Amino acid sequence: MRLEYPSNIKIVKVPCTGRVDIIHMLEAFEGGADGVCLVGCLEGDCHFLTGNIRARKRVEYAKQLLEESGIGKDRLVMYNLSAAEGQRFAQIAREMTEKIRGLGPNPIKAVISRQQTAETKRLYADS
Amino acid sequence: MIVADRKPFQEIIEMLAPYSRILLLGCNECVTVCAVGGAKEVAVLASEIRLRRAKEGIPVEIKEVTLERNCDPEYVETLQPFINDFDVALSMACGCGIQFVGERYRNRIVLPAVNTTFYGVTEQHGVWAERCQGCGNCVLDRTLGICPVTRCAKSLFNGPCGGSQGGVCEVNKETPCAWQLIVDRYKEMGVLDRYLEIQPVKDWSVSRDGGPRKRIREDLKI
Repeated sequence: MRLEYPSNIKIVKVPCTGRVDIIHMLEAFEGGADGVCLVGCLEGDCHFLTGNIRARKRVEYAKQLLEESGIGKDRLVMYNLSAAEGQRFAQIAREMTEKIRGLGPNPIKAVISRQQTAETKRLYADS
Repeated sequence: MIVADRKPFQEIIEMLAPYSRILLLGCNECVTVCAVGGAKEVAVLASEIRLRRAKEGIPVEIKEVTLERNCDPEYVETLQPFINDFDVALSMACGCGIQFVGERYRNRIVLPAVNTTFYGVTEQHGVWAERCQGCGNCVLDRTLGICPVTRCAKSLFNGPCGGSQGGVCEVNKETPCAWQLIVDRYKEMGVLDRYLEIQPVKDWSVSRDGGPRKRIREDLKI
């Protein structure tokens, strides 16, 4: 199909979205991800019967945790599509990128960046 | 098992405000089974705290340790080599574990990350319900396995009160009337005549009313 989608999306393959736990989503943000998008099979089409339904519930829970911790719930999204929907995947990738761009970078990166800038300035001032 | 709920995150964050080196304790027993304070939940809370502190630009160091049990000295002892490297311990164990660790390490404050709620069962995955209050004088033989102390809002012993409507407790429409359950059980087992037996006054001195309880078995003491 040779479809294009934004190159800043990093794909992490899992056997089923049911494998994705709360901690995986949180650690992605700790690692500096600006947004996380879970892409599961269509509901009712899970090879493991309910993996994508359980993932949806976990995403809802993880959103609460992200909101509490100040990262914001809107940075985590789940989509359901079939393996035959390449076009839709590319479209979702574009939508997600635009949405996250609108929200700005992961707030912890902004703080780390400010701290690094301050440190750099201090080092220059010292030298 | 002992069932607990995690405290609201804001409350935890406020408790931790003065500290930057945190020992986050979990327990592999009851709180793991009720998905509130096992290794998984410890990892999630640690991640949440790190994210919040990173956003606020306040440094934090968290060590995650999940003990086999927090209510037995041999496991609590294993914290000895490193607990003093931390400003505070935040425990996701039940109230027993939180206190026991604090008793062993007198120079460290142990903060609770959970609200310990009840002794219960797993009704279904993700649903826990209270079944026992540890009253110290079990009557389940007389009520055929349904505890009126725990499951009746008034802990009645001789039939339901006027608040039992259609088999439901007036205190909460989600709660079945314990005495309706007991009568149904009598019928099910063909012993409805047992409903007529007047229950004697219960000895509450062996419950919480008699103060904190202690059990000693001299033959097991070392």
